[in-house]
Amino acid sequence: MSRPEIRVSGLHKSFGDNHVLRGVDLEIGRGEVVCVIGPSGSGKSTLLRCVNLLEEPTRGRVFVGGVELTDPDVDIDAVRRRIGMVFQQFNLFPHLTVAENLTLPQRRVLKRGKAEAAKVAAENLERVGLAEKADAYPSSLSGGQQQRVAIARALAMDPEVMLFDEPTSALDPELVGDVLAVMRMLADEGMTMMVVTHEMGFAREVADRVVFMDGGVIVEDGSPEQVIGAPRHERTRHFLSRLLDPAAAEVGEKTSDRVGTSG
Amino acid sequence: MADTEKPPLRPEGLQPRKKGLTRRQKQRLSRGVQYAVFVAAVAAFAVAADWGRLRNQFAQADIAERMFPDVITLALKNTVLYTVTGFTVGLVLGMVIALMRLSSVGPYRWLAGIYIEIFRGLPALLIFIFIGVAVPLAFPGTEIVGGTYGQVALALGLVAAAYMAETIRAGIQAVPRGQMEAARSLGFSPARAMVSVIIPQAFRIILPPLTNELVLLFKDSSLVLFLGVTLEERELSKFGRDLASQTANSTPILVAGLCYLLITIPLGLVVRRMEAKAQEAVK
Repeated sequence: MSRPEIRVSGLHKSFGDNHVLRGVDLEIGRGEVVCVIGPSGSGKSTLLRCVNLLEEPTRGRVFVGGVELTDPDVDIDAVRRRIGMVFQQFNLFPHLTVAENLTLPQRRVLKRGKAEAAKVAAENLERVGLAEKADAYPSSLSGGQQQRVAIARALAMDPEVMLFDEPTSALDPELVGDVLAVMRMLADEGMTMMVVTHEMGFAREVADRVVFMDGGVIVEDGSPEQVIGAPRHERTRHFLSRLLDPAAAEVGEKTSDRVGTSG
Repeated sequence: MADTEKPPLRPEGLQPRKKGLTRRQKQRLSRGVQYAVFVAAVAAFAVAADWGRLRNQFAQADIAERMFPDVITLALKNTVLYTVTGFTVGLVLGMVIALMRLSSVGPYRWLAGIYIEIFRGLPALLIFIFIGVAVPLAFPGTEIVGGTYGQVALALGLVAAAYMAETIRAGIQAVPRGQMEAARSLGFSPARAMVSVIIPQAFRIILPPLTNELVLLFKDSSLVLFLGVTLEERELSKFGRDLASQTANSTPILVAGLCYLLITIPLGLVVRRMEAKAQEAVK
C-alpha cells in the first residue's frame, strides 16, 4: 500500500454525552474494498459519515486522497466531489426523473454542459442496468432500482472513493442481489470502496479487508477469511454467531448493543 | 340494545332495564326533530320574506346589465391585479423571511420572528391605513412605486409575507434530512442544495396552503376601498359599493359577490384536489 486513499487517525465523535467513536485509526489503500461490520450502535455508520464529514468529528483527523477534510480551511464541497456516497434510504431527489437525478449534480456542481451531462448520465445508467428507466420518477421504481440509480448518480460525478452506508438494509431480500452485483462490478473495476454492511456473503467474497467494530473502536481488522472465517476476538465470534443464527439469542442476555444509538 | 331477547350482561340488580324509549327509538326521534326544524325554518323564511322587495333590491336585471362589461374588464381585472402583485411581493418577502428564520445567525432569526409576530397579529386593514396614510405623512416626499397599485401590492404583500414565511419554513423543514445530506455528499454547497434540491420539494409540499393564501389575498384586496382610489383603480368591492349607492339598489353588491365566487370557488376546488393528491402520495 503506497499512499492510503483514505486515512483516519485518532477519530472521536460524541453526540452530547454519547461517545460513539472512541479513537478509530483506519487506512484504506487505493483500489481496496473494505467492509465494516459490527452490531448496531457500534459506530460504523458514524465512522463512514465522518469520512466525508457529514458528521463533524469531535477529535481526530480524516484524509481522503491526501487532502485533510478535518482542516477547517479546506473547501469541503470540492473534496466531497471526489467522494461518492450511497445511503441506506437511497435519498434520490423525488421531484426529478432518474436522468435528471444524474444530470443535476453534474451541471450544478461540476458545471458540465447539458450534452456532456446527459451522456455521462446515460453511460452510468447503462452500467447499473437501468438505461430504460431514464425518464421514470424514483417513486415508480423498486427499492433495488432506486439504490442502483443512487449508485449511478454518485458514479456520474467521477468519484475516486465510494462510501456505502448499509446500501441493502432497506431492501426486500429478493432485491439485494442486484445492488450487490453492481457493487461487485465496481470493486472489480478497481474502485476504492468503504462499505458498511450486514451482508457477510458480500464481505467474504468481494472485500479485500473486513473491519469489525464494537463499542466505538475497531476490534478486529484483517482479511475476510480471518475476520469472518476465524475471528480472534470473543466479541467478533459472538456477533457473527448471532448474525448466522439470530434465534439462538436468549431473553435478557447481555448483548453488545447499546441503547439509544443507531448505525 | 337492539336485541331484547339476549340476557343482560350484568345481573339484573346492577343494570336495571331502562324505562321508556329504546336507543333506536331515541335516535329516530332525534333525527325526525332535526328534519322538522329544518323544514319549518325554510317554510317560515319562504312565507315571511318579501320576495318582491328582495328581487327589487338584489336582482334587478337592468342594473346588473349596466354593470357589464366594466365589472369584469375593470373591477375584476383590478382585483386580480392587486391580488397577484400582492401575492408576488408576499412570496418573495416570505421566502426571505423563512430563510432568515432558518438561519444559523441569531439576529436574523429574531428579526424574522418579530416580523412574523407583528404582521400576523395586526389586522390587514390597519396595514392598509398605515401604508396609505401614515407612511406618506411620516415621510413626505417618499412615493411608493406604482401609485395605488404599488401601495396595495406592498400592503397585501407585507401581510401575506408573514403567513407565507411560516408556511415556507414548515415546507422546508418537511423535506427529509437525507435530501440535504445527499446533495451535500454530491458536492453541493448549502445554498445551492437549498435552491436546487430542497426548495423545489418544499414548494410541492406547500402548494395547497399557498393557494389558500391566494384566496385569502383575493378577498383582502377589497381593503383597497380605504386607500382612496381613482375610478380606473376600483376593484370589485368598491365598484359594487359605488354603483349600489348610485342606484340606491343592492344588485351591484350581489353581482360583485358573484364575481368573487367566480374565482374563489374554482381555486378552492383546485386546493382540495391538490390536498387529496398529496394525501395519496403519502400513502
